[in-house]
Amino acid sequence: MSADPVTPGGDTGITRDEVAHLARLSRLAVTDAELDVFAGQLEVILSAVSRVGEVAADDIPPTSHAVPLQNVFRPDELRPGLTQEQALACAPAAEDGRFRVPQILGEEA
Amino acid sequence: MTAPALVDFDEVVERFDPMLGLEVHVELNTNTKMFCGCPTTFGAEPNTQVCPTCLGLPGSLPVVNRTAVESAIRIGLALNCEIAPWGRFARKNYFYPDMPKNFQTSQYDEPIAVNGYLDVLLDDGTTVRVEIERAHMEEDTGKSLHVGGATGRIHGAEYSLLDYNRAGVPLIEIVTKMIPGTRERAPEVARAYVTALRDLLRALGVSDVRMDQGSMRCDVNLSLSPRDSGILGTRSETKNVNSLRSVERAVRYEMTRQAGVLLAGEPVVQETRHFEEAGGSTRAGRRKETAEDYRYFPEPDLVPIAPPAEWVEELRGTLPEPPWERRRRLQAEWSLTDEELRDLVNAGALDLIEATVAAGAPAGEARSWWVAYLAQQANSRGVELAGLEITPAQVARVIALVASGSLNNKLARQVVDGVLAGEGSPDDVVAARGLAVVSDEGALVAAVDEALAAQPDVAEKIRGGKVQAAGAIVGAVMKATKGQADAKRVRELIIERVGA
Repeated sequence: MSADPVTPGGDTGITRDEVAHLARLSRLAVTDAELDVFAGQLEVILSAVSRVGEVAADDIPPTSHAVPLQNVFRPDELRPGLTQEQALACAPAAEDGRFRVPQILGEEA
Repeated sequence: MTAPALVDFDEVVERFDPMLGLEVHVELNTNTKMFCGCPTTFGAEPNTQVCPTCLGLPGSLPVVNRTAVESAIRIGLALNCEIAPWGRFARKNYFYPDMPKNFQTSQYDEPIAVNGYLDVLLDDGTTVRVEIERAHMEEDTGKSLHVGGATGRIHGAEYSLLDYNRAGVPLIEIVTKMIPGTRERAPEVARAYVTALRDLLRALGVSDVRMDQGSMRCDVNLSLSPRDSGILGTRSETKNVNSLRSVERAVRYEMTRQAGVLLAGEPVVQETRHFEEAGGSTRAGRRKETAEDYRYFPEPDLVPIAPPAEWVEELRGTLPEPPWERRRRLQAEWSLTDEELRDLVNAGALDLIEATVAAGAPAGEARSWWVAYLAQQANSRGVELAGLEITPAQVARVIALVASGSLNNKLARQVVDGVLAGEGSPDDVVAARGLAVVSDEGALVAAVDEALAAQPDVAEKIRGGKVQAAGAIVGAVMKATKGQADAKRVRELIIERVGA
């Protein structure tokens, strides 16, 4: 995948701006002071993970799955699901058989 | 901020080249969802077709629907695409509540089908080749209902209600490459492409392709370049384009709007716009998020799909005759002009006529019933031709009854009326309503003699050589026999009896 916001494999040097961007995408309110803290912490985590890159040789392809399986399919057959009551049982709020969610701001559905 | 005025379409074409791209989402008509065994039927009570997987409950795991993958491969093959030998699903992360998982499972940079084309026939007979960039598998989202606020839109709403019946329904997204050089025909090309795609998907039997119900949806990407400059403009993406006519209107509107913006010296904003059916215009929606913002990554809960070549070839063997080739064949078989063919296609009559012919009716008769009397009936009932409560086999039976002389055309229409009214098969209606041509020659002769005796002046005219005057007598006989006489035979008898 080419779209990872941070590319593992070395000194990533994650910036405050990148932390702010990720926080916005995750809808997390992060203060200025926290941006510095998290940038440092994420840096440590990423560099720890990126050590994997040090042992990966050219003959080892990148892996996205832990099991060597492919083509696992299910026949197109109905299976019993939940009733409306069951589906809504854990909903914080419901109305007219639907999940009720707070105002969605800022974006168009 | 007031938007710059729209520019006259002819002027747009004179000064700019439109670059057109189309994204079509089509819901597959599988029995179950993409990753779970919930039903996909349209219109069920809210949240009655859900399970832990499509609700994204902890501990649930998705499993891919094999039939959906087969449909995706068949669509790819029908669009002349290469089928990817290996590919993964990805998570597209975002923050609408329309997916309870907080991500949509989609394919990102490893779509199942790439690099195809669809040849599209325009009204004047020219063909435009539309290149297909990709077709990929994903899942549909739930449906939101925005409550409060005046418009039913998300802005101004106090809260929203979610129905997840649709969440997880298999969806194929088909994306064209930019279609260059369409000039003033851009609106027509867009519509013709979506029409051709719809017909192809219908022939494949993979989707209901009902734009009115949302099982087929179109997004229009459009940008303008200064004429012959080759400089790519900034594009808008118009969503909510829910009919073939709207596809054409949306392209036309965006051309005139963007030209206005550019001629006012302003930049076109890269954004999502929404088509407004009522005014045929578009309004601004959210600013386009960049690809990174969705933080795509490979879906760890689904293993890769690597369709074996034998499987792909087996599926290739199931492809139907392409709609355009079928049309050419039927046009030749039924000796139709281009215009007659187009009318049949537009009326949705082609399948019905073909099925009627397959049930034994001559093509001319079959065509005449469907485009004349039955089309009127459909029209007055406000339904599509295919929605009439009569089968092609029943129409063929009525045609056979006329051919054998058991019914005349008038009675045949009454039989059709009976079938449409739910009175059973044509033979049931004939029996129940006592509809049959009077074949008792003696009774007919008696009726003719009676009518001639009642109108001696007319009888005299006929005798004097004015054969067209026989119409009045035919009418009287038909009335006397409650329309159950063969008018042609009655006319012959009149001539015989007056001794003209």
